[in-house]
Amino acid sequence: MKLNAYEIAKDFPILSRTIRDGKRLVYLDSGATSQKPNLVIDAETNFYRTSNAAVHRGAHQLAEEATDAYEGARGIVARFIGAESEEVVFTKSATESLNLVAYAIGNAKSGNRFHLQAGDSIVVSEMEHHANLIPWQQLAERTGATLKWFSVTPEGRLDLSQLNSIIDATAKVVAITHQSNVLGTINPLAEITRRAHEVGAVVVLDACQSVPHMKVDVKALDIDFLAFSGHKAVGPTGVGVFWGRSELLAELPPFLTGGSMIENVTMQTATWAPAPRKFEAGVPNMAQAVGLGAALTYLNSIGIEEIHRHELTLTEQLLAGLSEIDSVKIIGPRTLESRGGTVSFTAGEIHPHDLGQFLDSQGIAVRTGHHCAWPLTRALGVPSTTRASIYLYNTSEEIDALISGVRDAQKYFSR
Amino acid sequence: MQLDNLYQEVILDHYKNPQHKRLSPTYDAQVHHINPSCGDEITLNVTLDGQLITDISWDGVGCSISQASVSILSDLLIGKSLSEAQVISDSFMHLMQSKGTEKGDENLLEDAVALAGVSQYPARIKCALLGWMAFKDASLQALSGQVSN
Repeated sequence: MKLNAYEIAKDFPILSRTIRDGKRLVYLDSGATSQKPNLVIDAETNFYRTSNAAVHRGAHQLAEEATDAYEGARGIVARFIGAESEEVVFTKSATESLNLVAYAIGNAKSGNRFHLQAGDSIVVSEMEHHANLIPWQQLAERTGATLKWFSVTPEGRLDLSQLNSIIDATAKVVAITHQSNVLGTINPLAEITRRAHEVGAVVVLDACQSVPHMKVDVKALDIDFLAFSGHKAVGPTGVGVFWGRSELLAELPPFLTGGSMIENVTMQTATWAPAPRKFEAGVPNMAQAVGLGAALTYLNSIGIEEIHRHELTLTEQLLAGLSEIDSVKIIGPRTLESRGGTVSFTAGEIHPHDLGQFLDSQGIAVRTGHHCAWPLTRALGVPSTTRASIYLYNTSEEIDALISGVRDAQKYFSR
Repeated sequence: MQLDNLYQEVILDHYKNPQHKRLSPTYDAQVHHINPSCGDEITLNVTLDGQLITDISWDGVGCSISQASVSILSDLLIGKSLSEAQVISDSFMHLMQSKGTEKGDENLLEDAVALAGVSQYPARIKCALLGWMAFKDASLQALSGQVSN
């Protein structure tokens, strides 16, 4: 059934507020963070109201209920991405998830399959968010491994023409984004994973911009590790997900150490609990994990494929509307082929920050700047862009509001 | 509308016709400043004759607020002494932090009072200050160059 964005928007209390001089809020910044439906807000607060206790500890009923709620959320996440529960690790953010895997690989000693040293290489791309670039830069610096990357074509696609020489026999890790947070480009993973596995490298997928918006099945994608954040998937802030294949998580050393991640401890040594506990030191972000479970259940109730179709319909409308405006240039794919609902553009002489400010005066929230992907905007020769990112609660009317907002901004700044 | 307080004609004029936007071939100090949250960048040259600011020139990319602000600054501070520039800079900083409660001293700040509206938009204050921070840095470097010579 086709989703009704007007009905969906009613589930999100913030979307009924007004902005500036009483303008209705048009929220087109879900790529930065999504808004939250009542049932997510309720799930998080109800956890505190009714079930709050430290999970996996304590002999009391509250601890049991809290553990059930937390582990229940893990099961929901696992089913959402086609994984097993014990492969799903809760973190505080996708950034932490990516740092977890980078630091854990850095902790691998000689003899461990993840051990990195000079002569090895780590492969990323020019379109990575800083969160999937800097942890790898730093890992390369710590281990002496070489950082290599795929460049981006002027159309905003990965240049895979040198696939076999960029991912060569020295490659140990290939860390790539599923969907660019700037361009909306969805990357062709099959070729990359095939080549990575051919040379024995693991594939780490930054799925922040894909998991909330389209069907992502970790097994079908044939990847090894994946990261996404809860807050971009109508879930709470403060919770991220790290997924890894069971056999890899078993061999991957821990990142953060401390309580609950152990099997046995003496004054001088410790051994680790099996995954996912090995990677969840300390009392976890239980309420946020429970909120994320509610969020993914909500997305399931609407249908992730339905959501993706809705976003593409609006993206088509936006691309068509923007391309009719003189001096507007789309930065990224101009067709719907292998792209999602994130649209970056420039508007001639109007700097994105000024355009964003004008749109804000109309109640329209967009993102401006380099979007934490500075090497990408530099490579494309644009210091910054204006970005509209679409989600399930956006309507065709809101896309029209953005398009006329851009036209009005042109009039305003040419006075 | 409130937006007009931010985008006054003077600002858009300076944005469209930026003053001293050409890097001088010689200078006492050159600095490069970046606004990491939005990617705006500026290179700014300062030339001193003792305590007198004889030239400021710059190049950069950025929004109308950051570009207009540095254009206004250049116009305003060339020909002033460093101590006069300090008084003007302090007054401008104060205006930027005023949250829309002050209009600014037009005798002192001249065109820079047009940026008063920026103080109502917390996210834009750093845009307006980019050039001023670059000038402060460059003038200090130019001064310390005099000492070491």
